[in-house]
Amino acid sequence: MWDYLKLTGLGLVAVCAAIAANYAHDLAYQVNAVTVMLAAALAFLWVLRTAGDPKPNLQHEYFDSVVRAGAIATAFWGAVGFLVGVVIALQLAFPQLNFEFLQGYGNFGRLRPLHTSAVIFAFGGNALIMSSFYIVQRTSAARLFGGSLGWFVFWGWQLVIVLAATGYVLGATQGREYAEPVWYVDILITVVWVAFLITFMGTLFKRKEPHIYVANWFLLSMILTVAMLHLVNNAAVPVSIFGSAQVQLYAGVQDAMVQWWYGHNAVGFFLTAGFLGMMYYFVPKQAERPVFSYKLSIIHFWALIFLYIWAGPHHLHYTALPDWASTLGMVFSVILWMPSWGGMINGLMTLSGAWDKLRTDPIIRMMVVSVGFYGMSTFEGPMMSIKAVNSLSHYTDWTIGHVHSGALGWNGMITFGVLYYLVPRLWNRERLYSLKLVSWHFWLATIGIVLYASSMWVSGIMEGLMWREVDANGFLVNAFADTVAAKFPMYVVRAAGGGLFLTGALIMCWNLWMTVRAQPARVTQNSAVPAE
Amino acid sequence: METYSFLRHLADSWFLLLMTLFFLGICVWAFRPGSRAAHQEVATSIFRNDDRPAADDPAKPRKEA
Repeated sequence: MWDYLKLTGLGLVAVCAAIAANYAHDLAYQVNAVTVMLAAALAFLWVLRTAGDPKPNLQHEYFDSVVRAGAIATAFWGAVGFLVGVVIALQLAFPQLNFEFLQGYGNFGRLRPLHTSAVIFAFGGNALIMSSFYIVQRTSAARLFGGSLGWFVFWGWQLVIVLAATGYVLGATQGREYAEPVWYVDILITVVWVAFLITFMGTLFKRKEPHIYVANWFLLSMILTVAMLHLVNNAAVPVSIFGSAQVQLYAGVQDAMVQWWYGHNAVGFFLTAGFLGMMYYFVPKQAERPVFSYKLSIIHFWALIFLYIWAGPHHLHYTALPDWASTLGMVFSVILWMPSWGGMINGLMTLSGAWDKLRTDPIIRMMVVSVGFYGMSTFEGPMMSIKAVNSLSHYTDWTIGHVHSGALGWNGMITFGVLYYLVPRLWNRERLYSLKLVSWHFWLATIGIVLYASSMWVSGIMEGLMWREVDANGFLVNAFADTVAAKFPMYVVRAAGGGLFLTGALIMCWNLWMTVRAQPARVTQNSAVPAE
Repeated sequence: METYSFLRHLADSWFLLLMTLFFLGICVWAFRPGSRAAHQEVATSIFRNDDRPAADDPAKPRKEA
């Protein structure tokens, strides 16, 4: 019966998408509609072929196939996102790379949201979904709730990524930072995200452990807050049901404030709370010792929840935003430094008494460096939110350097560590293919980030100082083009750093691939567990 | 009173107080007597049930890692 309902639903979606493609007002909408039609048709065929298959009771084993798919997707989208990043870094250094024949599709303006969304939502999002599913099952000692709903979350998220990415290149965008997907993609995101929440909460409800481990608190706060942010920030009215254009509900400074309330909390909850959930599970697991202080983790959690939500206005210093709002944002950003460092200390001190592992285990080294970068960027962030500093740093490359020390250093490195941790376990392999390659990855990525961050510091501060330089008569000394010319060497160094980071990620993909392909299977006393 | 003024007033008075007290309450609660054993138990819970979900029978003693 359930299969028939699914088939009917998928058939309807495919037909409606075909009609929408026919009446489409713009190319991006048409391509997206065709994509949805093909996805629904493929899902229809899959359900049709497996309809009526016996459904074995799998409650005595974990739902790991979806986590395996998540690991593959994380590594794949990571490589794609970093590649696009290196391409646009080179486009900034060498504008000739905005080729004439690609104008309107492959120039910097079109590729930049592709890069940010690919790394945040495709790489980061898959990493979060994968880790959430893995962590919540292990710490609840229960199979993921909702049967195959986990698969819906996984494939739904991949569809969101493909729709958003093709839309950007073809010109469908809301023009909202980190929320560029247009209205129908936003609706799909909402549906997938609610399904994600149901699987996660459902697993917590049927847990067999008495307590909810702290990592789940962070992950749940990520899911709930992102749902709220997404709904408020994307309140818009479509111009036509057959087009990708929409009109936002807010205007002027309110719109700017909503946008950065969303933008900063996307950093705070998607890229911080969610990844802290990963830290609180995988760092103790890899170090084989419990977290340094569970009490500190509770205080860390609640302090972060209460403080982060206020920090958004620091993106709008010296604008039309009221002064009190921007001061409020600055003060809370500075206070936020404390819980952030509390979390960093908790992660680092988990290794106390086992520091020797840093010498022998490149995976723990990766995780420790990532927590170190977390500490560094959560110091830099509050500092940059202070109005006096912000008047120099805002609109310059310093901001881009700050974002990347957080994103590459903290989010990237912890995700690499998690992938190295998970892949041998998920595919039941005895060990990684090569620890030496992990070390290579570690050093390439670290040197890449250092080159990236330091070149952007130099470039940003130089640019900020050049913009504000006035001569004895009060005239500006430098034209904008002067700063662009002066930044050229730093742009080349930045692209080189990005290239090193990308090379490291490709080495990781190779290493993980060979781990699955060429390593002997793990022999355990319960090796009779079916491979699912 | 109009909605904006009401919300604005509520936000920077009673609700601010409520949130501050809630947070301080959590800090005190985290350090309550007897929490050490409970926290030790949760902190080490990640080292069991690695390969499969726990058995349905809650009476069965849990296998330590």
